[in-house]
Amino acid sequence: MEEIQKLICISCPKGCSLEVTVDGDTVVKVSGETCKKGVDYAEKEITDPRRMIATTVRVKNGFHPLVPVYSLQPVPKPLIRDVLKELRKVELAAPVKQGSIVLENVLGTGVNIIASRDMPVS
Amino acid sequence: MTLKNVYDVVVIGSGPGGLAAAVAAKKEGAQDVLIIERDVELGGILLQCIHNGFGLEIFKEDLPGPSYAQRYVKEAYSLGVEVLLDTMVLDITPQRKIYAASKRNGFIEIESRSIVLAMGCRERTRPQIRIPGSRPAGVYTAGTAQRWVNVEGYMPGNRVVILGSGDIGMIMARRLTFEGAKVERVLEVMSYLTGLTRNYVQCLLDFDIPLQLRHTVKRVIGNNHVEAIEAVQVDEKWNVVPGSEEIIPCDTLLLSVGLIPENELSRKAGVILDPVTGGPVVDDNFQTNVNGIFAAGNVVHVYDLVDWVTEAGYQAGKCAAAHANEVRRKEHHLIPLIAGNNVRYIVPHMLDKRNLEGSEIRLQMRVSKPVEQPVWLEVHDKNNLITRRAERYVRPGEMVTVVLKPDHFTDVNKADSLTIDVVPR
Ligand SMILES: Cc1cc2nc3c(=O)[nH]c(=O)nc-3n(C[C@H](O)[C@H](O)[C@H](O)COP(=O)(O)OP(=O)(O)OC[C@H]3O[C@@H](n4cnc5c(N)ncnc54)[C@H](O)[C@@H]3O)c2cc1C
Repeated sequence: MEEIQKLICISCPKGCSLEVTVDGDTVVKVSGETCKKGVDYAEKEITDPRRMIATTVRVKNGFHPLVPVYSLQPVPKPLIRDVLKELRKVELAAPVKQGSIVLENVLGTGVNIIASRDMPVS
Repeated sequence: MTLKNVYDVVVIGSGPGGLAAAVAAKKEGAQDVLIIERDVELGGILLQCIHNGFGLEIFKEDLPGPSYAQRYVKEAYSLGVEVLLDTMVLDITPQRKIYAASKRNGFIEIESRSIVLAMGCRERTRPQIRIPGSRPAGVYTAGTAQRWVNVEGYMPGNRVVILGSGDIGMIMARRLTFEGAKVERVLEVMSYLTGLTRNYVQCLLDFDIPLQLRHTVKRVIGNNHVEAIEAVQVDEKWNVVPGSEEIIPCDTLLLSVGLIPENELSRKAGVILDPVTGGPVVDDNFQTNVNGIFAAGNVVHVYDLVDWVTEAGYQAGKCAAAHANEVRRKEHHLIPLIAGNNVRYIVPHMLDKRNLEGSEIRLQMRVSKPVEQPVWLEVHDKNNLITRRAERYVRPGEMVTVVLKPDHFTDVNKADSLTIDVVPR
């Protein structure tokens, strides 16, 4: 049975309102988008919603006590809490280089978590 | 690093606006460029904005704030921009003198041919929105909480209410949830969201954090520390709707109620501010009404996108360098005109030698005493006569003029000063 779901596209700051016609798990039609990203977002959001994660991990001897880190690609939304739990266990040692991998293939998602900035020694 | 007394361009603040200005100034040929920053490292507010969403315009990449900042920090250092950290600028004069202070260097006085103001903005605080009730600990701006949680490693509390649906507030709602706090409510006095809808989705909806529009804080409750707040509904004139009061137990109230450009320094420098934006009035080169003082970024008006702050910083830095180069050129080619024998004064007092290459320069003067016989007005550079003009007599009441011509350029160009004497013929 077809039904209409309302979504807000989060691909860019525009935040277009989308109307998505779905039949079970399949997207039949998308309207309201102003670029192609809207359609991609709707398909993904219905079948496999994902989000970028940005947080911090502890660092020993750092200029600051924390290093900001982020996921290079979005991770499945239901796994956000578990990914954060994994990251809470991590403690790096300064110096840290921007882009260095903090957690590889986190929880088997294929996504790497990397450092957002250099963290020199204090 | 030894500080110079005079710089070509001094940039105040090292956020994306200031960094871009310093980088652009160097690239435009300014020699001595200095950034003065009160924080202990370069980068500005971006360093605490650890979430993604920066750089989509400029880099076509979705970067977190610190990554975006680091690219420009690296570039600034590699171009040889000088940096003073942990240093607060206290005062700027319209003559472009800068007074600053730091633990390390004490009181500092620097002169600059151009200045770029890039002090960013600050958040509105509790007194500015007049929340009644007691004054316990536990009420912070969202940005202060952001700095604690993301940089310094402190949590402001465990049960949080956020007043204002601005982006920083919504982003902090998600961030605090990530770190284990419970965000009870986001209250917004307007009938609409004031931040981006995208942040409403990924920061509030995703984590079932309730947003109440047309609601505000009527009272903060608690003696030493916040124990609860009283939320209330308001009508379209912001009057309290009686009977809608609700006590929400919490230990933290975060305010996300807008940003104001930071312009105390600008005012001291004589910069005219626009009452609407709260920032300096600027021309298309981002120059203020004060010659040689430029402004870029959130100090001018609050931007939505950091990429545009960078763009504005580039333009301001480029024009600041051009201005500094012009001032340098003048300093270099400017020579004084000295009133010699029987000359009371000469206007202009100084001349830019280069101007003589393309056109005549008229020197106008008055004598001190009348001479009723033919005289020469002699223009010389210490030993060599450069040109002279004959007059049948000179009198203090009658101004006399000597014209320097492009033919004289070669001689004038060698001179450090020019003296004019009146001598008998
Ligand atoms: C708390 C907060 C969170 C924000 N979050 C976002 C966001 O998530 N996304 C977004 O796009 N925009 C955000 N913004 C807006 C953000 O400010 C701009 O995008 C951008 O960082 C502005 O750059 P700027 O260079 O103008 O100022 P800033 O980055 O604010 O830099 C100004 C610098 O000047 C320094 N300074 C000020 N006064 C002096 C002085 N007297 N002496 C020496 N140094 C001084 C400050 O220490 C600071 O480092 C946020 C703003 C704030 C206040």
